[in-house]
Amino acid sequence: MSLLKVFDIAGSGMSAQSLRLNTVASNLANANTVSSSIDKTYQARHPVFQAIQDQYMTMSEELDTSGQGVQVLGIVEDKAEPRPIYQPDHPLANEDGYIFMPDINAVEEMADMISASRAFQTNVDVMDAAKQMMQRVLQLGQ
Amino acid sequence: MSINFDKALGIHDDAMLLRSKRAEILANNIANADTPGFEARDVDFKAILRAQGGGDRGDLKTTHGRHFDTGESGNTGTGLLFRNPLQPALDQNTVDVEHEKAEFARNALQHQASYTFLNGKFKGLKHAITGQRS
Repeated sequence: MSLLKVFDIAGSGMSAQSLRLNTVASNLANANTVSSSIDKTYQARHPVFQAIQDQYMTMSEELDTSGQGVQVLGIVEDKAEPRPIYQPDHPLANEDGYIFMPDINAVEEMADMISASRAFQTNVDVMDAAKQMMQRVLQLGQ
Repeated sequence: MSINFDKALGIHDDAMLLRSKRAEILANNIANADTPGFEARDVDFKAILRAQGGGDRGDLKTTHGRHFDTGESGNTGTGLLFRNPLQPALDQNTVDVEHEKAEFARNALQHQASYTFLNGKFKGLKHAITGQRS
């Protein structure tokens, strides 16, 4: 039943997009997190998506290699350098009087958030359509 | 005089299976809309239906062993094809979500059409068996 696989595929898309939404939330929440050294500063995180390929080769039909959905390969940290800010009276300032802020572009993150939530909705719509198709098939001949 | 399901149902059962399969492929495209390097895929519905022996081939019938076979070359690419992207993307992804959604909706509608045809066939068979008017 290939319609059942639609649920798996749309589900994998939903989980990948919700993880992307998680990273956006984390990036936005930590946009103003300061630290006293460059290495300890929060770095923006981004998920890396990858298409799931079939684990096995089917001999019968070439059609069966249609893919299995999407998976999150991992989460990478942004390479952007933290911004040093001169604030000698800040409790976290280092000996030179600098604090470090992550270089997170809030507008970019918001755009990413909207994209993720729209993609999530699309996957939900796909799942709903597949559900309707299956329910219809179940009524065949009645 | 026996009832032959293959003959009675025509191409509609094949078509419905294919619609389900295509729904899966399109769902996979949509799920991978943000995957870098992913290439959108689709099937050539007409070619597969023809390969499965359904539908009107549109070629000449051969009734004699020495007739030439005018049929189109047997296996006309029944596998998965790649979609031609309307515009290139920086991350080599060729999924156009709006396009895929439209195709998915169309496929769902065609699936419903196949269902309606099949249901009609089954109803007809039922009437033939029971001999009653509904």
